[in-house]
Amino acid sequence: MINFALEVGPTATPEAVMFWILAPIAVAAAAGMIFAKKAVHSALLLAWVMITLAIFYIAQDALFLGIVQIVVYTGAVMMLFLFILMLVGVDSSDSLVENIRGLRPASIVAAVGLGGLLVSLIGRATLGTDVVGLSAANSGGNVQGIAEELFTKYVWAFEVVSALLITAALGAMVLAHSSVIKSRTAQRDQSIARFRGASLANAAGLPSSGVFSRHNAVDVPALLPDGTPAPTSISKTLEARGDMLSSKPFELEEKEAEED
Amino acid sequence: MSTAELIGTDPGWISLVKGFLIFIVCVLATLMSVWGERRIVARMQQRVGPNRVGPFGLIQALADGVKLALKEDLIPKAADRIVFVMAPIISATTCFMSFAVIPLSGKVTLFGHKTVMQLTDIPVGVLYVLAITSIGVYGIVLAGWSSGSTYPLLGGLRSSAQVISYEVAMGLSLVAVFIYSGSMSTADIVAAQDKWWFCVTLFPSFVIYAISMVGETNRAPFDLAEAEGELVGGFHTEYSSLKFALFFLAEYVNIMAVSALATTLFLGGYHALPGLGFTESWLGGWFTVLWFLVKVIFFFFVFVWLRGTLPRLRYDQFMKFGWKVLIPVSLLWIMVVATLRVLSQQGASRSAVIGFTFGVALLVLAGSSLMESAKNRRAREDALGEVSIPSFPVPAMPSKSYEIRMEELND
Repeated sequence: MINFALEVGPTATPEAVMFWILAPIAVAAAAGMIFAKKAVHSALLLAWVMITLAIFYIAQDALFLGIVQIVVYTGAVMMLFLFILMLVGVDSSDSLVENIRGLRPASIVAAVGLGGLLVSLIGRATLGTDVVGLSAANSGGNVQGIAEELFTKYVWAFEVVSALLITAALGAMVLAHSSVIKSRTAQRDQSIARFRGASLANAAGLPSSGVFSRHNAVDVPALLPDGTPAPTSISKTLEARGDMLSSKPFELEEKEAEED
Repeated sequence: MSTAELIGTDPGWISLVKGFLIFIVCVLATLMSVWGERRIVARMQQRVGPNRVGPFGLIQALADGVKLALKEDLIPKAADRIVFVMAPIISATTCFMSFAVIPLSGKVTLFGHKTVMQLTDIPVGVLYVLAITSIGVYGIVLAGWSSGSTYPLLGGLRSSAQVISYEVAMGLSLVAVFIYSGSMSTADIVAAQDKWWFCVTLFPSFVIYAISMVGETNRAPFDLAEAEGELVGGFHTEYSSLKFALFFLAEYVNIMAVSALATTLFLGGYHALPGLGFTESWLGGWFTVLWFLVKVIFFFFVFVWLRGTLPRLRYDQFMKFGWKVLIPVSLLWIMVVATLRVLSQQGASRSAVIGFTFGVALLVLAGSSLMESAKNRRAREDALGEVSIPSFPVPAMPSKSYEIRMEELND
């Protein structure tokens, strides 16, 4: 196995060992990303693939590229992905309902196209040739070498890509922008509203949940002095979810009250 | 021989010893800093703090650790089990990794081998630390998500947004350091500060880094991800026993890591205080480790001081501060630094450099006074708008009743 790796290129033995350990894991993670049921698991496996790629870059003497791969892709891009996916919730799986018409044929065409592209690219790779010019490229230092290429030879492409990215960012902001119809109620406005309302009952805040000394939890409404549950004492979210318990079992019984 | 070459000659076992030493130092530092923090905060709040276990309560943290380990390890029913277990492991492993590139000492002899107390020196050392930190955030975010509960989810979301935002400011504050030292390797950056520390020459960068490192480590006043008044415990609400201990460890090692990076980048690393350079050769060079530790402890004290002094920011104010103040200011500062650097490299006259600096200072002053006056005007307008008679009955003001009585007397 290692001999094969040595034949493939000028890879030294430690690098070959690393390759044969990490590469299968990377491939397994990539496959897992496609087959994982939960979106967050897919995102995590993708992040892992990116980290292994970064390690490969570093092993190939592209230190700067490897580190930047982790900072940018794993650290920023995947984190933003996760940020969105997390809002989906822990127990939801992908829905298989076709929301946009023609999505399925279009995605099949795109997948076949991308597959063809990848196969043709990988098919053109050559094996068994020596790497040329790596030490020359890294002679002034890896970072300096990339900087020189980026800001002399490829400066035009670099600027075009950055202009494209700025345009995309602006576009996203324009699309996500909505005009403000009424001003947002801030903490201060809410405080003023509490005191200027018709009743001062809630001026000191809403009643807290739970029946004291019986069941002091967020999902049980408090009892008012007349023994009825106070609906404002528990979160509307819990009520909508149906996670609310009745405060009935925690009321003091008539008999006890008489004894007192 | 440069640091990188010196490290390159290390045999494998020396690297292993170094790695082991770094690990031991980090764990011990965590135990000591938990105790230190509690004692310092207690003093600031007119209390004594832990003083029962061991002399001065020194092994209180160890006792707490043992207690934590013996507690029941709960996994909530709604949790995603694999990710739930993985999250604290990610947090606790990544936090140690950034210490690999931090130079802890000058040239020393370790078991008869000439070396430096730095595991490895790579040309992009500082970027490596940023990369490791960004992986470390996964621990917090995944902990929040996998708990299957609302408060941890909110804590995880807050934390991911927070760390991404403050990492931008942090990265930008480092650019000026890279420009001035001409390298991204930690050893070279320390070497570039043998005359002037960067906290003097690049003061704005230092301030921005110092602020964003507090944001990056989720510490007060930026501890919104675990705001106990709002989110119970934030991302670690559902964690118990050793898994919680791992998060605890990660938090303190992260504080040590950002402090160590701040020391390396801005406070001259392991170098002695100015004027005390002769101490660097004491104990065969090992005295430099002490200097390094002193500086790290200074940063840690500031962390505790902040916690004891400042109230927590509101989330929107915090994000506004990051995006609308820190990032634009650091961008402007990078432009100034880059211009100065080019001026000095092209051999511009001293008067040109001074003139440019003066012009920038004038612009900053003009801008800040304009902003201040606009703020004052807005505040005055707001105050005028507020004066209106309330629509609900209020008791008469004392001065008014006094006036009425005066009128009665006059009649």
